[in-house]
Amino acid sequence: MNRTIEEFLAQDERKGMLRVLTAGSVDDGKSTLIGRLLFDSKHLYEDQLQALRRDSERVGNAGQNIDYALLCDGLKAEREQGITIDVAYRYFATSRRKFIIADTPGHEQYTRNMITGGSTAELAIILVDARQGIMTQTRRHTMLVHLLGIRHIVLAVNKMDAVGYSQSRFNTITAHYRQWLDSQDITFPDLQCIPISALHGDNVVERSENMPWYSGATLLSHLEGVDVEHSAVQSPFRFPVQYVLRPNQDFRGFAGKIASGVVRVGDKVVAHPSGISSTIKSIVTYDGNLDYAFAPQSVVLTLADQIDLSRGEMLSLATEPQPLTGHTLTATVVWMDTEPLDGGKLFYIKQGTNTLRAKIVSIAHRIDINTGAKLSASTLSLNEIACVTISCTSPIICDPYSANRQTGAFIVIDPITNFTSAVGMVIGVESGNSCPCESISLSIAQCGIGAEHLGAITAFCRHLSRECGVKIECRE
Amino acid sequence: MEKYSLSHLRALESEAIHIIREVAAEFSNPVMLYSIGKDSSVMARLAEKAFYPGRVPFPLMHIDSKWKFSEMITFRDNYARQHGWNLIVEYNREVYNRGINPFIHGSKVHTDLMKTQALLAALKRHGFDAAFGGARRDEERSRAKERIFSFRNAYQQWDPKCQRPELWDIYNTRIARGESIRVFPLSNWTESDIWHYIRLEKIPIVPLYFAAERPIVDIDGNLIMVDDNRMPKQLRDRARMRTVRFRTLGCYPLTGAIESHADTVEKIVEEMMTTTRSERTTRVIDFDQESSMEQKKREGYF
Repeated sequence: MNRTIEEFLAQDERKGMLRVLTAGSVDDGKSTLIGRLLFDSKHLYEDQLQALRRDSERVGNAGQNIDYALLCDGLKAEREQGITIDVAYRYFATSRRKFIIADTPGHEQYTRNMITGGSTAELAIILVDARQGIMTQTRRHTMLVHLLGIRHIVLAVNKMDAVGYSQSRFNTITAHYRQWLDSQDITFPDLQCIPISALHGDNVVERSENMPWYSGATLLSHLEGVDVEHSAVQSPFRFPVQYVLRPNQDFRGFAGKIASGVVRVGDKVVAHPSGISSTIKSIVTYDGNLDYAFAPQSVVLTLADQIDLSRGEMLSLATEPQPLTGHTLTATVVWMDTEPLDGGKLFYIKQGTNTLRAKIVSIAHRIDINTGAKLSASTLSLNEIACVTISCTSPIICDPYSANRQTGAFIVIDPITNFTSAVGMVIGVESGNSCPCESISLSIAQCGIGAEHLGAITAFCRHLSRECGVKIECRE
Repeated sequence: MEKYSLSHLRALESEAIHIIREVAAEFSNPVMLYSIGKDSSVMARLAEKAFYPGRVPFPLMHIDSKWKFSEMITFRDNYARQHGWNLIVEYNREVYNRGINPFIHGSKVHTDLMKTQALLAALKRHGFDAAFGGARRDEERSRAKERIFSFRNAYQQWDPKCQRPELWDIYNTRIARGESIRVFPLSNWTESDIWHYIRLEKIPIVPLYFAAERPIVDIDGNLIMVDDNRMPKQLRDRARMRTVRFRTLGCYPLTGAIESHADTVEKIVEEMMTTTRSERTTRVIDFDQESSMEQKKREGYF
């Protein structure tokens, strides 16, 4: 017995993690599917099941059956109204993987919630009702998933029981879907179509006896086996400095989570935005020093040279493509605030560990998420998506979101309410300095300060420009 | 050959370290709430890892309800001393002196006054602008909806319908004076992850988690341990020795034990694989009113 448990523990400690987004509306049976996954993989405890039975009888919408939707609707208002208000996270594990499922509501505010739940997802399950086929919302969910850069998609054709488990119905729906993807120029590196019945459990965990014509994987075995290539590791090394550790005179380490790529002791690195080079001296962790580290590990790096480097700045490898740097960027933004965009407002933008001030200076076009059409727009309201130009008061160091989901993402914070008003994905950075605030040039000699203080004054001015967005250039 | 994939435990660990460092970098006066439970023990270890080889730049704070198991208090003091933590212990003096007693006044009054109100008063007194908590989203359904960085207004209230969107690993830490953020670095961990991590990292935990013979009174199906003489005599007289352990730890009159022979972490993991009940069934406070956890959270409880 003891040997078995030891083996189990050893296996468990090696297994990986998969973050999944489920997209679909109330009627597609999304919550039923999640409940089914939890139930069939034995991750519902008896007392939770009892509470579920009790709630199902009282407020459930599934007739005689257990209403699994109630499991995901955690807030009182949600259970009372039978709707899902906010993203819920669900956890389960099999012997092969741990899963984090973001369950997002499908009705109003869909965009905001789906974008939130999908931002960290590696795989998205898009649910379709077999009776209805591809609907406007299927297209909308697909567009959003594509926008978020999710590469692995499962089109789960649900309620197959309601169409007599018909193979031709399934084929028609999937053919429709692929045609539409082609028409929109959307390609996913990995798209699986699976016929299921969440209510009865067909092809969710257990293979369906009702659909012998389907020879592919069940949903769960696909989730367990899908090879999520770690694109973050394959991208160039990016290390946003999060925190500077100086426990004593002899140690100066840069703490942070590797956003992408791999770094080794002895690698030549470049600091941004200063452009100064150095070499990795050591990779320090509580569990001992490492020879190499990779995304998404949290580590402490020390450098061979004493260079000025602080929170919000970034390290890259000298031998790899460098990040984009500039004051003006184009980006796709999703408006998340009930208060519409005010083009005159100087927002905070937080990207990685860097917070800077910026204005959204122009809207190139708004995107109709149902059709993909580009529309003209003068402002942005809740749930609207647009391609915009943003002007920053200090340089942003980033990559296009399509190349790097970590360094290409940012949030926009209202300076008055502090609410997260919008989120953005970088398209590109325009070269040239078009800072909306004037930059100030400071001669320290004219201020009566000795030349030996130039270093300190420069460092202080850089701090000021990060905090206040006023760019000050120091010279002797 | 070099490996570039992280196990789920190492991925969760890295996520938590990133969250903890973000708080240290962006807040002026953070604190880590410490309940002495297994989740707190994991969270404290993650903080030690986050700032290694430096010291953790914030204190631990325990809100003592004065009804904790005495073994917990011994463990707390030893842990803080051995690991060099600055430990703050706070309790609701006024209410304590008035003699509020869960045996007499019930769990709802006791929890509100000795836990929620004591916590709110302590956070205010010290002026903490961020407080780490060890809550996990898999524990309870209203917690499944909470952000990792969870905003509290100047009255320290949580509004579940008006939460800030939280995307990628970019956390909005901006607050006005008097407002604060509760931070949950273990949001994405499950009970099983916690135990596997405790085993992997050899993290010390309170011995009450392991099975042993203890004096137990069956009170309405809850196996309550006699920890001191404050338990009414007529109840104490019913106590008999049973081999039990605790899946969660709280106030001793409000925390039921389970019958178990699991006296090692390995056996606990094995037991969990076969159990049919979730961990919070042993917590009396979750069942004292409808949607009770959501209500307590809105009022400021973790």
